[in-house]
Amino acid sequence: MSAGRGKSLLYDPKLRSIFFQALFGVALIWLLYTGFTNLFENYYGKFTSDKTFGGIMDSPAGIAILTTFGTWLFEYSSTDSSNWTAFMVGIANTLIVAFIGIIIATVWGFLLGVFRLSKNFVLRSFATVYIETLRNLPLLLQIFFWIIIFRLFSGGLKEKDAVVFVDGALYYNADGLRAPFFDWLEGGHIVFWALIVAIFSAFAISRWARERQASTGQQFPAFWVGLLTLIAVPTIAFFIAGKPLSIEYPTVITEGSILKRGAFESGHGMFVATEMIALTLALAMYTAAFIAEIVRAGINSVANGQSEAAGALGISNSVALRKVILPQAMRVVIPPLTSQYLNLTKNSSLAAAIGFPEVVALFGGTILNQTGRAVEIIMLVIMVYLTISLLTSAFMNWFNNRMKLEER
Amino acid sequence: MSNQTAYVRREDAPLLPPPASEQGIMGWLWQNVLSSMANFGSLSAAIVSLLMIFLTFVFGFVLVWMTWKFVDFTILSAVWSDPENLGGAICSVEGVGACWPYIKKWFYGIMVGNEYPREQVWRVYTIYALLAAGITWLIVEGLPWKKYVGLFMLTIFPILTFVFLNGSPIDDGESFNIGSTWVPLAIGGVLIGLGLFGRNGSMGAVVEAFSPALLVLSFVFIAYGIIPLFAGAIDSAFGFEVVRTSKWGGLLVTLVVAITGIIVSLPLGILLALGRQSNAPLIKWVCVIFIEVVRGIPLISVLFFASVMLQYFLPSDIDFNKLLRALIGVALFASAYMAEVIRGGLQAMPKGQYEGGMSVGLSYWQQMRLIILPQALTTVIPGIVNTFIGLFKDTTLVMIISIFDVLGIIQFKAGKDILWYSPVTGPTGYVFAALLFWVFCFGMSRYSLHMERKLHRGHR
Repeated sequence: MSAGRGKSLLYDPKLRSIFFQALFGVALIWLLYTGFTNLFENYYGKFTSDKTFGGIMDSPAGIAILTTFGTWLFEYSSTDSSNWTAFMVGIANTLIVAFIGIIIATVWGFLLGVFRLSKNFVLRSFATVYIETLRNLPLLLQIFFWIIIFRLFSGGLKEKDAVVFVDGALYYNADGLRAPFFDWLEGGHIVFWALIVAIFSAFAISRWARERQASTGQQFPAFWVGLLTLIAVPTIAFFIAGKPLSIEYPTVITEGSILKRGAFESGHGMFVATEMIALTLALAMYTAAFIAEIVRAGINSVANGQSEAAGALGISNSVALRKVILPQAMRVVIPPLTSQYLNLTKNSSLAAAIGFPEVVALFGGTILNQTGRAVEIIMLVIMVYLTISLLTSAFMNWFNNRMKLEER
Repeated sequence: MSNQTAYVRREDAPLLPPPASEQGIMGWLWQNVLSSMANFGSLSAAIVSLLMIFLTFVFGFVLVWMTWKFVDFTILSAVWSDPENLGGAICSVEGVGACWPYIKKWFYGIMVGNEYPREQVWRVYTIYALLAAGITWLIVEGLPWKKYVGLFMLTIFPILTFVFLNGSPIDDGESFNIGSTWVPLAIGGVLIGLGLFGRNGSMGAVVEAFSPALLVLSFVFIAYGIIPLFAGAIDSAFGFEVVRTSKWGGLLVTLVVAITGIIVSLPLGILLALGRQSNAPLIKWVCVIFIEVVRGIPLISVLFFASVMLQYFLPSDIDFNKLLRALIGVALFASAYMAEVIRGGLQAMPKGQYEGGMSVGLSYWQQMRLIILPQALTTVIPGIVNTFIGLFKDTTLVMIISIFDVLGIIQFKAGKDILWYSPVTGPTGYVFAALLFWVFCFGMSRYSLHMERKLHRGHR
């Protein structure tokens, strides 16, 4: 029966698994080995100078970057700042676009999702047309579209072309938006701490109100009181500290045929480039269409009986939506919502097509061309996105665990 | 007899008309618009009603205004013809809408790229026609031989496409060497023989046990050998001139990138999803890492990777052309997303399906092929089509590594045409690209809805 024994060994799932894994492992190692040998030969063999990558990154970048949040945050200057600073500028710009975009997309997307299920024909058809149009068009096209809309909104770069919203304070021309810039003076930290205190007390109030309602059944307008605290406490602190805020109004340089690109410099107010506005808006509008569909699916997933029961208890529609439907819908909504947030963050890399200096466009584009260090730079860019992805996933998993249904 | 009083109604009472609030235009308006904004019973209800009135007016106005603007721009005030060959000047008049003569002038560029040789363009249009015919055949219900048409579209059509679009199978300069295809064909033949005849155990237990793997391997070798042979045969029959991929553009690039991505990502995605579920730790973790890394980074960085980094990992004598590099990047990217969609379907399968497969003695691949995958793939059709739509939209990103798809041609070639410089040129191009993409994507999403309904009918 030796043949039979051999046969059974051949069909042993464990042995087969080990055999195929070994085969796979050998192929993988061979692939990696040849890949990296080629890399060292082709890539590192190319660099004759003894400059290390770290050395290159520490040397001045020597490129002009469009004035943005990142350049202001890291006080970037083309002559003094190193390539590392430029890298940080790119990351900061990616994060700010993603942050603002996510906030707008969430609010607008939830609104659209509720509209889509509304009994109101006008709102329902608006949401349907919006979603079916934006979901089915490439994001890049939408970014180009917003850019051209903003450029058309104001005829050109000259001062006479500027659209004045508030004289002396808010201008828009094809270049970007110029707005007042608020800077804290001495004592500004008092307002900041007051705000922190207000946030904590608002949480404490809502907690206290919930516990009181649970034990005595008496209600307390916790939302309004909390809102009042959030507004009143910092405002009072602001006046106690002696209004520690300076406002710089934008100056529009009238000499010369073309306006200079503005800056976050003193006396120049705040400058938000058209690229930044168009990119953020395009990302938010596009992602909102997807979020609306997620919200719709989430609300639909809550059984009809839930809203009917709420109605039977005499709970009004809006309260039922807030207290009965949405909390249950959120369980279905959160996981795909997270991936939409990540998509938005990743899609901000499309800025490479319009020249907004975020991490891919600035670091993976301009600085890569400057230094020629393709491998390290692309690896760094990939690391940035992976870190963002992992952090967001971790946070959302934690949040999801908190929200999830406690089952026996 | 005659004056008997009836206590039981002998005929139906006359039907009353429905209440006024339920019929006619007013009824419809009441139900669909007014009912949500007519409650002023209490303060909070009044606030909600006022808010609804406000929202309805604002969004109703926006909807009507946008629709009007769109119709006005594309049709009513559009410039339709350019009889005096004025170019951009004809569209530079104040207040005109879309500049259609500009699209007409650039139509060739948008379809196949402006550098594609005009005397060769019939080849591209033949392929477009074949593609359209094949897809129509596959989606129109009730046509016969769908299986064979599908098989043709997946096997012969891609090779045909390659030969028609590119010309000689190997890049120009090198002549096609028929001798080199015999070696893989011979190896494939030996393997297929071993696999087929050793299946019943007549060549020993080892061959029997590995016969499925041998068959798969033989398929790879034969495909490797037969594709150049086949392509060479077509090529020598037609004698095409080579049109290098750097001259391709427009819809041609969009379709090539999207369809390659779609065809490659489905099988690769299935393999990755199965690998992720595998019991073998090495295979599982390689799949997990690949999927998560690719899904965690934007497509642009994958394209950058493929265009500037990939060459360093390959032997220096291999020189990929740029389109092929983009294709690899897009296909790998789409596969990772596809894998996650398919994993959803696999996880939705009840465990009993796997156990049922095992209990009737099916091997792993038989279980997958006959039981699990047909069901799992059916449940995730919407997700698969969504990935396809996403992929189709994402093809526009290849412009970043300067391959010009529809949007790339419109943005960087047509849009920079000095002869057609006018304020409306840019918006016209975008509107045209938008219509093109929208038709494709919306069509796909509707078809997926239709398929979903059709396939789920039995489950209700």
